[in-house]
Formats: sequence, structure tokens, C-alpha cells
Amino acid sequence: MILSIIRTGFMNLRRDRGALTLSFIVPIAFFSIFAGIFGSRKGGTDAIQVAVVDLDQSPVSRRFVEALRAEGGLRVQTGPEQTKGAPSRPYDASSAEAAVRAGSLPVAVIVPKGFGDAPIAFGPAAGATKLQILNDSSDPIAPQVVYGLIQKSAMLSMPDAMAAEGMKYLDSASGGLTPDQRARIDHSMADLRARLEAEQKARAAGGAPAASATPLGGGLIPAEMRDVVGENKKNPLVAFYAAGIGVMFLLFSASAAGGAILDESESGTLDRILSSRVTMTKLLLGKLGYAALLGFTQLTVMFLWGALAFQVELFRHLGGFFIMASVTSLASAGLGLALASACKTRAQLSSLTTLVVLVMSALGGSMVPRFMMPEMLQKIGFLTFNAWAIDGFTKVFWREEPITHLWPQVLVLLSAAALFFAIARRLARRWETA
Amino acid sequence: MSLPLRIDSLAKSYGARPALAGVSLEVSEGEILGLLGPNGAGKTTLIRCVVGRVALDSGSISVFGDPAGSPAARTRIGYIPQEIALYGRLTAAENLGVFGRYAGLAGEALEDAVRSCLNWSGLADRSKEPVMTFSGGMKRRLNMAAGLLHRPRLILLDEPTTGVDPQSRQRIYAMVEQLRAEGVSVVYTTHYMEEAERLCDRVAIIDNGKIIASGTHADLVRSTFGSRCELALHFDGDSAAPYAEWATARGGRTSGDAVLFSVTDPAPEIARILEAARAESIPIRDLSFKTPNLESVFLQLTGRGLRE
Repeated sequence: MILSIIRTGFMNLRRDRGALTLSFIVPIAFFSIFAGIFGSRKGGTDAIQVAVVDLDQSPVSRRFVEALRAEGGLRVQTGPEQTKGAPSRPYDASSAEAAVRAGSLPVAVIVPKGFGDAPIAFGPAAGATKLQILNDSSDPIAPQVVYGLIQKSAMLSMPDAMAAEGMKYLDSASGGLTPDQRARIDHSMADLRARLEAEQKARAAGGAPAASATPLGGGLIPAEMRDVVGENKKNPLVAFYAAGIGVMFLLFSASAAGGAILDESESGTLDRILSSRVTMTKLLLGKLGYAALLGFTQLTVMFLWGALAFQVELFRHLGGFFIMASVTSLASAGLGLALASACKTRAQLSSLTTLVVLVMSALGGSMVPRFMMPEMLQKIGFLTFNAWAIDGFTKVFWREEPITHLWPQVLVLLSAAALFFAIARRLARRWETA
Repeated sequence: MSLPLRIDSLAKSYGARPALAGVSLEVSEGEILGLLGPNGAGKTTLIRCVVGRVALDSGSISVFGDPAGSPAARTRIGYIPQEIALYGRLTAAENLGVFGRYAGLAGEALEDAVRSCLNWSGLADRSKEPVMTFSGGMKRRLNMAAGLLHRPRLILLDEPTTGVDPQSRQRIYAMVEQLRAEGVSVVYTTHYMEEAERLCDRVAIIDNGKIIASGTHADLVRSTFGSRCELALHFDGDSAAPYAEWATARGGRTSGDAVLFSVTDPAPEIARILEAARAESIPIRDLSFKTPNLESVFLQLTGRGLRE
């Protein structure tokens, strides 16, 4: 008897494509995406893009920048990526900060004037010249990694400065060195500098990289970390998550709203509607409008809750919110309608929606921020409109860019809405006449 | 003046399977045409062709002179589908409001139409209740009302009494009769012969996508059976089997627990059969005399074999 029940279960499952999809395809798709995000890092974390501005231009600072360049964990840029025909202008402090604000880079390091005179600080760092690390706290990992690698680079590239600073500390802490001791130290330091210069020359001539230099001693480069994007925000990251989660659930509800046409088809109501004055185009436009308004209301409620409970600065960005919520809702409504038109039953729609929405949300950054993904997946993410919508909301709430900067997102999302509607209209021809 | 409905040589196939194969029909002003046929005969396809929901392979349909599916034709047709095509979560009044707007009504005209249809369907006192709480009969009545809001002059009723109790059925008959009184033309598809006999001025029988007979009830009986009637004999022991040979020898046949004789001149033929039975001591328990009806015609023309 129990075997019969098991057999019946499998017989039903075999004919239920929706359940089969949910049981096997969705988990495999998800596994593949997350394996792609987290599992493809054969060499660990991807290299972090960092802008470096050397205001000091001393031999020590140059060596330090050189060491950062040689660091495998960083991709140092001293100027914006070159565009065709336009010569690359090196970053200065303000353009590097602007690049971080615009989201072009997650971190910038400013090497201040005077850094070469006192780059290392043992004990309290008050006396040393501090590096500035400018970061965007929407990516909380990058600045920490950069900070750690700065320390590593300092150890590798400035053993002389570290040794000199160490001697100064020893001199003051031990009550003064004897003239003999001082002479020996000066001699050793001269040797060390000569060796470092020789190594630098060899590197310039294609010799061994800085990373192979013998590490001498240890110490800390004092640095000041500054969140240039979220510094004035009350609760900086919430808007980012409100956009990510909001867009994902918008897709689910848009699909459910679009699915009403399947209920109408099944109940015969669609026949009745289409035999009245309502044409299929009018019907679909009405459903698009309904789903878009529903989505807009959903996003509004979500951001209002965010404003009330989590200090999302909705009221400072009403214009940008209105634009992004409108185009995102319209695009989701179009997708929901296209998915519904592609399906024959609610059950089928439910399975397809789960697959499409979860995959789009995973790739588009609704679940895991895209900066955490490998570069290839970040690029693939642009095929989903989650990525465009989240980028738009991020521009509004995070980077506080003017609404005119939203045009790429608005254009893409409106085009997506038009494309999805065209697909839905084409697929809906099967309901018009048999 | 153009006829409410004129169908000429209509053909429609789904793949290699013909659903309609050269159907021609006419419906006059104020006439109720019954469309009868076994399951899968083509009734619903024909109705959907008339409302413009099925693309024709060949032939033509005109509704008051306008081609089927045209905006002008749509405004004159009231389509009542076989399914309960209503929104279950909406109330009766809200459903009527929705379909009234889809039919192009607005403002006071819409309010009047909703009120009038609620009264017509006997649902005025339940107008604010969600349709999902209604009985099958109430849903059927509302389903009919939703197709009549714009006061169409040609109504297509696709099996409107399926699955309802006798009381609701009587109410639906009364509603249809009221439409007839208002001079509306109706195409009425049904499986229930007594409905067709009671309501329809004329009947068309469709089978395998073709109209195989049409006319008034009397016409159909006459053309199918002539003046023949049926004499049924039942026997002691409730079985006709022992008397099959006796019946066959006298032109009769067994059907269930009865022996049937087809007679054209009842008085002398009945006398002859009864005399033969008495002579051979056949124990007749009772005797009934039946004139053929629409069901007899239907079964005679479409056969007794199961279709689906």
C-alpha cells in the first residue's frame, strides 16, 4: 500500500513540469550561480580596483606606490581608464574622491605631502603623516583589504624607513644610543638604502619585483579611512537593500498580477471580455497599468517603511524615487505579463516565475551585491533589469547623484518594459482567436 | 432588414480534425433556435465563431448584416458562455458593473442596467455578496445577466442550465421566456431535450460539425418518424428476453425489459398484437403507447453510441 502511494507520487511528479522544475532545475540554477559567485575564485578574492594619488612625489612615496602596483590583490589606477583618443589625466585628490562617489572605484588612497619624511609610526600615530583611504561603504570589504595590503606593501617597500623609525623609537625609549652604536646604525642604514635603490633600478630594468624584497621588521602606516559616499547618511546601507529586496518582490507580484489573465482564460471570463468591446491590446495595456501601479505602490510602501523604521532618506530624494519606482514598476509589470502570456496554467507560471525571478535577482544583485561577484558575473548581471534598477536606486539614495544622471537606467528599464510588452502581445495572440 | 444571424457554409478545422464542416443557419427576429448535438459535435465552436472568437477557415457569418467579430456585431450580441465567467471575489453588483463597462456602458446607463439585470436574475437582494458564496443556480443566473447588460438583440446561450437544480432551471426558463417576450433572438445550446421542446421555436441538430436536421419540433418528428408511434409491452417477470423471438417474428424488437413495436395505424395494429399475445399466452403486465419526441429524433439521428 505504502509502495503504491510512493509510486503514485512519482507518477504525478513525472507529469507535473512545474514541480519538476522547482525540484531539479531551480536548485541547479541556484547552485550554479552561487558557485559562480563564491566558488570560482581559484586565487581567493578578486583584485580590488584602487585609485592611488601620490601628492608627496618623494622617493619613499614613489617606492610605496610602486609596491602597491606590484601587489597582486590590488589593481592600482593612477588615472581614469583611458578612452579612445583621450589622453589619460592622472587622478588628483578631488577627482579620485569623485570617482569613488560615482561608484567607478570602491577605494582611493591619497598619499599626502610629507609622507616620505615620516611614513611609519611606531606607538601612537600622532606624529606621522596619515594616508587617506577614501571608500564607499556600500562595499564594506574593499577598504579593509586595501588597508591590510598597504601595511604589507609598507613592510616590503620601506624597510629603511621602518628601520630608521625603529631606531628613533629605540633611541628615545632607551635613554640615548652611544656614538659608536649610532655610527654603526648609520652605516647599516646607508647599506640598506643602497641595496633598495639597486633593487629599484633592477626592477625598472625588468628585474625581480618588489614583492620579492626581503621583509625587514614590521610596523604600521597610519591611515585615515573616510566613507565619502555614506558619511552624511543616517543609515547608509538600508536604501541599498530596500532597492534590492524591493525589486525582487516587485517581480513576484507583477507576475502574480499578470497571471490573472490565466485565471480569466480558465474560467471563460477572457472569452466574455474579448467578445465585448475590449480588444486584446486594450486588455493587456490595462493589465500592464494595473501591475505597474501595484508595483509602484509596493515600492512606495516599502520605502516609506524604510524611512519610518530605518531612516531611509526618502523625502530628500522624492524626485529620484518617483522616477526609478515608476520605470522599475513598469518594467516588472511588462515582465510579469510576458511570463503569464508564455504559460498555460497558474502552476506553470508559478514555476517559471520562481526560476526567472530568483535567477535574475541572484545575478542582478538583489541577493548578493554585485561588487562581491566576479567581474564576468557582474557583466552578466547587466542582462537583468534588477541590476539596472538597483543601480538607479543606488544613484538616487546612495550616491545622491542628480536625477539627470538616471538616464541610462531609465532608458534601459523603459526599453525593457516595451520589449516585454511586445513579447506578451505576441504570445497573447493565441487567446485572440482559435 | 438583415437577419439577426445568418451563417453560410461555415467550416473550421483544428489540425486534421474538422470541427465544423459547412454549417448554414439562420435565426429570425424574436426567434429562439435550439442547437442540439452530442458532446464534441461542434456546438460551442459554432457559438464561438459567431462571437468572433474563432477564426473561420471558410464561409461567412453576419450579425444584423455585420460580419461576426466586427465592433458593430459585438455590440448586438450577448454572449453567455458555458463556464461561470465571473469574478468570484467581487459581489454580484460589482461583477455586473465590470462587464457593463467592458460593454461600453457608463454613468446612469450603467447603474440602470445593473439594477435591471439584478432584478431580472432575482439577485437584487444578494447584490452586495461575493459571487464565490453563491449557489450554482445563482451563479448561472448572474452569468446570464452579465451578458445582457448592454441590451443585445441576439443572445447566445451556451448550455445555461448545466449543473443547476430544478428550481433554478425553472427560473432560467422564465428568464429566457421573458427575453422572447421582449422580441430578442436567442441561440440556445443544450443537452436537455425538454428544455429545447419547451423553449425553442425551432431546433437544429448538429453532429460531426454538420447540421443534420432543423425545423420545428413537429417538423423534426414528422420528417424522422413520419406518423409512426411506439407501442411498449412489459411482461410478468420483468424481463423481455423470453419473448424476443415472438416479438421479432411480428416486427418488434426488445429494448431493456420491454418489447417495442413501431406502428403507423395504431388502432388495428395494437389490436392485432394483443390478440397474438393472448393466443400464445404471453403474460403482458402493462402496455404503453408513446408518440416520438425530440429525444427520439435526436437518438434516431445521432445514434446511441457513446461519443466522448
